[in-house]
Amino acid sequence: MTVDERGGAARGPRLAAREVSVGYGGRTVIDGLDVAIPPGVITTIIGPNGCGKSTLLRTLSRLLKPSAGTVVLDGADITGLKARDVARKLGLLPQAPVAPEGLTVADLVARGRHPHQSWLRQWSSDDADVVRRALEMTGVADLADRPVDALSGGQRQRVWISMTLAQGTDLLLLDEPTTYLDLAHAIDVLDLVDDLHEAGRTVVMVLHDLNLATRYSDNLVVMRDGAILAQGHPRDVITAELLREAFGLRAEVIDDPVGDRPLIVPIGRAHTLPRQV
Amino acid sequence: MAPGVRLGRVSFVWRPWPVLVTLLLAAAAFLVFCLSISFGDFTIALPRVIATITGRGERVDEFVIMDLRLPRALAGLVAGIALGLSGAITQSLARNPLASPDVLGITTGAGAVAVFLVTVSGGTTAAIMSSVGLSAAALAGGLGTGVLVYVLAWRRGIDGMRLVLIGISVSAVMQAITNWLLVTADIRDVARAQAWLVGSLADRTWNEVWVATCCGLALLAVVAAASFQFKPMHFGDEIAAGLGVRHGRVRAVLLLCAVLLAGVAVSAAGPVPFVALVAPQAAMRLARRPTPPLVASGLVGALLLNGSDVLARTALPVALPVGVVTAAIGGPFLVYLLVRANLRKAA
Repeated sequence: MTVDERGGAARGPRLAAREVSVGYGGRTVIDGLDVAIPPGVITTIIGPNGCGKSTLLRTLSRLLKPSAGTVVLDGADITGLKARDVARKLGLLPQAPVAPEGLTVADLVARGRHPHQSWLRQWSSDDADVVRRALEMTGVADLADRPVDALSGGQRQRVWISMTLAQGTDLLLLDEPTTYLDLAHAIDVLDLVDDLHEAGRTVVMVLHDLNLATRYSDNLVVMRDGAILAQGHPRDVITAELLREAFGLRAEVIDDPVGDRPLIVPIGRAHTLPRQV
Repeated sequence: MAPGVRLGRVSFVWRPWPVLVTLLLAAAAFLVFCLSISFGDFTIALPRVIATITGRGERVDEFVIMDLRLPRALAGLVAGIALGLSGAITQSLARNPLASPDVLGITTGAGAVAVFLVTVSGGTTAAIMSSVGLSAAALAGGLGTGVLVYVLAWRRGIDGMRLVLIGISVSAVMQAITNWLLVTADIRDVARAQAWLVGSLADRTWNEVWVATCCGLALLAVVAAASFQFKPMHFGDEIAAGLGVRHGRVRAVLLLCAVLLAGVAVSAAGPVPFVALVAPQAAMRLARRPTPPLVASGLVGALLLNGSDVLARTALPVALPVGVVTAAIGGPFLVYLLVRANLRKAA
């Protein structure tokens, strides 16, 4: 990569997949997929179960190595970068992480500094400052001395996001950050993600709930069978036809009474008024 | 948040309690080490023991202490530290307190190969028992079994519970092979093999102890070097990878170290049971840390092994091999861990 290309990449997408194919064992999950993550916005990957959305996120984060194609981070092939350098640019929160029993919130969040530390320099005042800010930003500073396993699901997820923040990256990849959370806590966590985005970070996440994805993202990537079906602003992407094509879901798309995004109203087999059928 | 300490270019987290506990454990391990030398056919007072091992002793004590008793205590120290450290690594990497080298079949594998060597070699047993050959065979057996368990448990990564279950199965097979060898072998060989299998520090010679000490120190250096990258491994592969750790490589290196450390311990003291299981868990509780602390685990291991040996030789009417005492302590502790795990699941 030349310097010019890198400069160009800074204005364009920071993270992109080019012609990537990924699989487990002999099974191919994603085949020749292209995607570019626009900087400074929240991109959400949606799609039916098993469509490869988590696989795509894990490939973008270097957790999985593509069998073909490349993932490009700031103009460089991500497999050629050192794991540590990737961790300084890109923070990753996997699905349903588990902390050792009894570990305190402060200790967990402090672990996020790992990519900036070395054998000799294991803790500095810089680290302390960044961790303090990460705890405050996610609203868990009061819980700093509590064990993580004693917290509620929503608080716990905030703590994990706090750890990813302590990594000090402006690119965050979150794999289903609202799994196992009730709706109120899911909204709480997504509001936090919104705050992080407002502060200038690029966020890529996988979400299950379509209405939450529509509400909280500026860029939707809709997947089916390991390929991208549509990509763009929720207002342009979410239509009844797309939902049928991607999910096999019958739904009506209406204006959100409280927001400026479309709202998906799924239609089941029963419980609909006669005029709807 | 824990405060940081800076000394020139070096900085680390300062936690007073774990540091204090580690220092106390080091003092206790040294005391028990000296007590082990002190007790014997006749008792030598502690000040004279310390003077002699630091090279300021009197001639009369030198032969008994340096040639006869020090190898035994040193074997206990090395094997204890190796077992504690080995257990701390395997329990942390598997994220499961049951995943110790004994449970994973490493010590039983080492035992099976050693018994094979003893029983098929017939009349030359005594010569082999005192030679380095048996240690090397035990080490190879432990390593082979460790690799076998790892390969069988591998399924797109290592799951702690799967590793433990495979380990228990392989361990049972190794135990069966050992039993078969013992049943079919010459009775005099069986007696010797049986004594070795229990785990004992009796009649150690410098030949065996030197090899174990040097191997132990080399492995200690590797573990120390990898200790920084080891920290995020407590959170599982994905978090570790996200934090920039090459988790596959770090895990392979550390597991290899753990298996070799267990092998070193077996070569120095025989397959002493339960120390590797108990030491890291005890160290964790004493230091009040959520994960087994490496240094403290090694020290508890040394304390436990030499302590059990002293106890076996002094408090009991007949001098028992150390393995009997560690099993008596370790068995109930294993039950405690299992009961506690069940209670947590039920809660």
